[in-house]
Amino acid sequence: MISNLTKKRVHDYLLEGKREGRGLLDYREIEIELGVSKNAEGSARVKVGKTEVVAGVKLDVTEPYTDHEDEGTLITTLELLPLSSPRFEAGPPKIEAIEIARIVDREVRESKFIDFKKLCIKKGEKVWGIFLDIFSINDDGNLLDAAGIAAVAALRNAKMPKYDEKEDKVEYGELTNKGMPLNKETPIILTFHKIGNKIFIDPGQEEEKASEGRISFGFLDGNINACQKGNDAPLKLEELSEILETAEKKAEEMTEKIDKAIEKALKARENRK
Amino acid sequence: MSEEREKVIPGEILETGEDWLPGEGTRRDGKNIVASRFGLKEIQNRLVKIIPLSGVYIPRRGNLVIGVVTDINFSGWNMDINAPYTSFLPLAECPRFFNKEDLAEYFDIGDMVVCKVKAVKRKGVDLSLKSIGLGKIEDGMIVYINSNKVPRVIGKEGSMIKIIKDATKCDIVVGQNGVVWIKGKTAENEMLAKETILFITGKSYLSGLTEKVQEFLSKKFGEKK
Repeated sequence: MISNLTKKRVHDYLLEGKREGRGLLDYREIEIELGVSKNAEGSARVKVGKTEVVAGVKLDVTEPYTDHEDEGTLITTLELLPLSSPRFEAGPPKIEAIEIARIVDREVRESKFIDFKKLCIKKGEKVWGIFLDIFSINDDGNLLDAAGIAAVAALRNAKMPKYDEKEDKVEYGELTNKGMPLNKETPIILTFHKIGNKIFIDPGQEEEKASEGRISFGFLDGNINACQKGNDAPLKLEELSEILETAEKKAEEMTEKIDKAIEKALKARENRK
Repeated sequence: MSEEREKVIPGEILETGEDWLPGEGTRRDGKNIVASRFGLKEIQNRLVKIIPLSGVYIPRRGNLVIGVVTDINFSGWNMDINAPYTSFLPLAECPRFFNKEDLAEYFDIGDMVVCKVKAVKRKGVDLSLKSIGLGKIEDGMIVYINSNKVPRVIGKEGSMIKIIKDATKCDIVVGQNGVVWIKGKTAENEMLAKETILFITGKSYLSGLTEKVQEFLSKKFGEKK
């Protein structure tokens, strides 16, 4: 719970445009590390300031859904570990975790980032199933955007495992050189928060707690693929159009940043080998 | 004080023999004195004890704490003081007259109140306002620190906190539960006081910390000019 005092202070600082050394629409530094998990086909650790999340991609051969017989499947889960914040408790995922997982899932799925048709092995019988698992390691606000970046980075890092068709077995030990069938463009989730009449992105812990309204957009190459409104405060029509305008520019800028960070991480990983 | 104290982890054997007595944070296991908390080992004559470095705040009678009002009852306020117990500030423990009809007028949900621990009972913690300097916090800044580092922030007989107060010209109240209230003339001063406090909590295990803090502060002031 946030005290009235801290909330007022966060609001005052936002009015003055003071935000621990950054502006209202400035992101904290993003750090990406790839291949952090030994057993996952692809994994990534993403740091946005002090916020830290780890995502892993696991591939398995499963049956397709009956209404999409020639498409692979995607299951996204997110766990808010108790070690990341005193707010989180152990146990089945709570509403907050489910919400973040679903937004990430929606963005990855609806942006057509993954070409599900190429994940089909035999129509109606066998397809690749993707398990995208995200974990929070440290919560300093904005877990939602960080989870989105981690999910994309882990998918980019993933390599298809070998599949033995005769024995119907996936040989996890041997990864092929083939990456997953992904779109060249990188999807991104941007969340805008509102306190009073100020709109800002990438909240810190206190700012997130004090946030009155929020809206998230999923972008891919300038198109909006996902959207989610949260918290109580409503948004005016003018505010929304202002958000959309800045969001488009910001998304482009952020995508570039993330692409660069992923590339850098890929190189760092190759050098280590 | 200048001696480096040894860091110990739970389960570590501290001393062996019947001569030693187990103190706070330790237990006797056969002939050994074994640590049950993470912290610094300290020996006072025959007594072996641990100064904890981590863990939650355990309220003690007489502690000055800063809490948040979480709920309002017909006879007082429920408070959150960062302890594993529920705490309650009864109306009877307030020094001036309060209109019983509208308690939210005095302390509303989300307000921060400086209070004192009157008693720790089995059903929870009782708080009191009957002392000097207690009451609602109207403005200023709140910083959360680990409650085990509070003695380090205050220093010996308040030496450390006096340095920060003098350098930043801020009013600072350190609750034993790890909630610190800073009230200064400008936001910059408050930020500096916050930085200094976080510097102390980050380096609390070092000896000769007072000099390091003075160095830190003079360096910060040097940057400003």
